[in-house]
Amino acid sequence: MIRLATEGEGFKPPSAKDFVLPPIFGDNAFTTKPIFLVFLSVILISTFFILAARKAAVVPSKLQYAGESVYGFVRDNLAKDVIGHEFMRFVPYLFTLFTFILVNNIFGIVPMLQFPTMSRVSFPYVLAIITFLVFHYVGVRKQGAFKYIREIMFMPGVPKAAYILITPLELLTFFLVRPLTLSLRLFANMFAGHLLLLVFILGGEHLLQGVIGLKLISPFAFFIGIVLTFFEFMVQCLQAYIFTLLSALYIAGALADEH
Amino acid sequence: MITLAAGEEINPLVPHTAEIIVGFIAFTLLFLVLRSKVVPMFERAFAARTEAIQGGIEKAERAQREAQAALAEYQSQLNSARGEAQVIRESARVEGAALLEQMRAKAQEEAARITAAASAAIEAERTAAVVSLRNEVGALAIELANRIVGESLDDQARQSRIVDRFLDELESQKK
Repeated sequence: MIRLATEGEGFKPPSAKDFVLPPIFGDNAFTTKPIFLVFLSVILISTFFILAARKAAVVPSKLQYAGESVYGFVRDNLAKDVIGHEFMRFVPYLFTLFTFILVNNIFGIVPMLQFPTMSRVSFPYVLAIITFLVFHYVGVRKQGAFKYIREIMFMPGVPKAAYILITPLELLTFFLVRPLTLSLRLFANMFAGHLLLLVFILGGEHLLQGVIGLKLISPFAFFIGIVLTFFEFMVQCLQAYIFTLLSALYIAGALADEH
Repeated sequence: MITLAAGEEINPLVPHTAEIIVGFIAFTLLFLVLRSKVVPMFERAFAARTEAIQGGIEKAERAQREAQAALAEYQSQLNSARGEAQVIRESARVEGAALLEQMRAKAQEEAARITAAASAAIEAERTAAVVSLRNEVGALAIELANRIVGESLDDQARQSRIVDRFLDELESQKK
């Protein structure tokens, strides 16, 4: 790419600017592509699962089976295994979280849409804030505000002198690091993944417009772009899983009497 | 990528107000829909399925229990029937033996009775014979005495001759 730039072909490498999409209708900030995609995801997920769950048959149809697999995965593997006997209260939240993130992530490789909504940092922030509120709320409800804060600040079974070090760290962890890492992990993965795809696909396209030698190279760029698309799919699923898993873990931690 | 700082600086970590609002609304919307329309339905399906499976298992267990009970009943019935047969056989044997014994006793009794009757008859006949013989012998003796008296009995030879003749007569009379 450096060579291209020096050759003066005018290739602009993809950057953070590519994630700032202008409003589709006039100056209305609510009409950007990411916002449409978010609403599209809500419609798609709702429609799919309502149709899948509508009959609630003992012997499921293919559609119901597909919906149930996703629901059962979140319910049993994430909620039940992590949270334990009180898990059912959190299944709707975790289920929403997982499907919402998953579909918005996968938008990144769906032809025509091709934009992972979660690469706009606002959405991961929102989700992290919700998880943050949920798990603190659960902790306060379960143990009482005073006891909950005390347990965070003064971890039981630690020598008194160590509190000088541990208390600030624990406070930082619970009130800053957790929501921040939760949102940034998701954001950064989606951002970087999309950027990577842009580099190879836009680069390949640009090479195609170059001299004959460069034209021959461009299929390799496209090929890598396709390989990376599959890789991205994996990352997108994984990130949805991780976000949901960590949310469940935080809830489980707040529910437990001792951390 | 750093070179792009031509116009304004873009920090991708700075959130966007409209997106924050939309994020909350969209997530809440989805949450409400899934919680009210999807989760209860799936839970109902799961519960129904669990119930169906458990019902099936229970039914199978019940059937097995019933089969075992029936088998036990049959076996006990069979055993009691066998016992009964044994008892019947035993009693038949005992009864048969008793019957046999009874019959033997009866036969013996009969035999004894017949024997007794026969010996009584013989005794009677003998008595009758003795009586008649005695009568006859008396008559004969009288007849013989008459003959002996009627003839002159001088010698021994003559006497014996008479007796012999008498006996011969007797003999011929008998024939």
